[in-house]
Amino acid sequence: MIETSKLTGERIKEYLSQGKRFDKRKLDEFRKISIETNISKNAEGSARVKIGKTEVLVGVKMDIGEPYPDSPNQGNLVVNAELLPLSSPRFENGPPKFPAIELGRLVDRAVRESKFIEFKKLCIKEREKVWTVFIDVYSINDDGNLFDAASIGAITALKNAKIPKYDEKEEKILRDEPSKEPLPLSKTIPISITIHKIGNNLVVDPTKEEEDLSETRVTIGGSDDTIFSMQKGDSSSLSIEEIGNILETAKKIWKDLYKTLDKFLK
Amino acid sequence: MTKEFQRSDGRKIDELRPITAKVGVVPNADGSAMFAFGDTIAIAAVYGPKKMHPQHEQDPVKGTLRCTYNMLSFSVSDRIKPGISRRSVEISKITEWALEPIIMIDKYPNMVIDVHINIIQANASTRCAGINAAAMALAHAGIPMRDLVSSVSIGKLDKQLVVDVSKHEEDWEEGEGATDIPITMTSKGEITHMQLDGKISIKQLKEAIEIARESTKKIYEIQKKALKEFAEEEKND
Repeated sequence: MIETSKLTGERIKEYLSQGKRFDKRKLDEFRKISIETNISKNAEGSARVKIGKTEVLVGVKMDIGEPYPDSPNQGNLVVNAELLPLSSPRFENGPPKFPAIELGRLVDRAVRESKFIEFKKLCIKEREKVWTVFIDVYSINDDGNLFDAASIGAITALKNAKIPKYDEKEEKILRDEPSKEPLPLSKTIPISITIHKIGNNLVVDPTKEEEDLSETRVTIGGSDDTIFSMQKGDSSSLSIEEIGNILETAKKIWKDLYKTLDKFLK
Repeated sequence: MTKEFQRSDGRKIDELRPITAKVGVVPNADGSAMFAFGDTIAIAAVYGPKKMHPQHEQDPVKGTLRCTYNMLSFSVSDRIKPGISRRSVEISKITEWALEPIIMIDKYPNMVIDVHINIIQANASTRCAGINAAAMALAHAGIPMRDLVSSVSIGKLDKQLVVDVSKHEEDWEEGEGATDIPITMTSKGEITHMQLDGKISIKQLKEAIEIARESTKKIYEIQKKALKEFAEEEKND
């Protein structure tokens, strides 16, 4: 799979201008989403998310750490994303490049800014000991829209995560003892979705072929009517009107997505 | 030693954990497979043969097999920092050595075949699961091969040899402790990989190799079956 050819690209754009896509979806329609939770037993929580042929694995691990001086009574969050060479001929071994860093940061911001994790409840001893929550995202097959797959994966993995038992006297995490204590999470569930501009059209959930043609994109973390995080990616500009349309599209997509994801988010 | 040795999970001493094997798990790849020994799950994807970059690494005589073994950070109970480690670098190399003898690599001068192995869930024997998945992924990619390889870890717990050690057994401390012997063989019984950590007599090590021979035969049949099933599905599609 090399970059989308110019000819295919022109055809995709032509289709989009008529409101059509190669796979017969509407411009604001997602591919089929399937979710499997608890896919890795040693993780505190985990999920496999497939959107069409795109697949990611997300795992949540927890460990005891020191709080940051500016939040002495709150747990920490560390989000990391790896674009595995296994998942696409375009990804190479080596230190994470910008796309992987951005992917991790976008997931981080949606989770952090929405205050989805109640970090004050993850404090063990003020100024000294708190839980650190690690969210690790791995791509397994990249057929476009890793952004949204990663964000859905992070939320579902957090939803089924259990806090390991901790022996305060011995200062030891009892990893072998099963725990039933869920992570303290808020009721507001942030989902981050990405809307792309291709030609004059706004498109959601692009396949890799479509993603190659994206001129600019906006990733929005939020739910219903509230926005927690946003990032415009790539260098094409957007008009005020277009941003308005993007926000309205996001609102509509959330509605649909919550229905699809409902049973995993309870 | 008349008393039957008790394994913590109730397995017989020569019993493998339940094996799952599946081909075609990564659509983007030229070949891919999943292989699991119980709770140890490995996936492997093959990309290539393709032109070797950087150019100075090209071998005009034969192709290059390049393996990377990587554990997902959450696959073990204490999170591992993402990225390469000395352990993963060594296992990657050992995987290359285990697989190269079965691949007709001389057909691809100046080319490289990339094999990416990822451990999704770990409960010992991850390198063996990785090698088994990689061998299947190479076959799935249609790389010309002389044979398959099958890998198993033989353990010695105190004085007793057992097949396919689990994490719990790996941490055995009584008596002589645990000795771990991962071995990889072709279906014909050629050894392409062997390691050992612990303490064992020459006599018993020879026994261990014989046991590995029997176990790898069983694994080979499961790998072959998964590949055949995939080919059948393709035909029917």
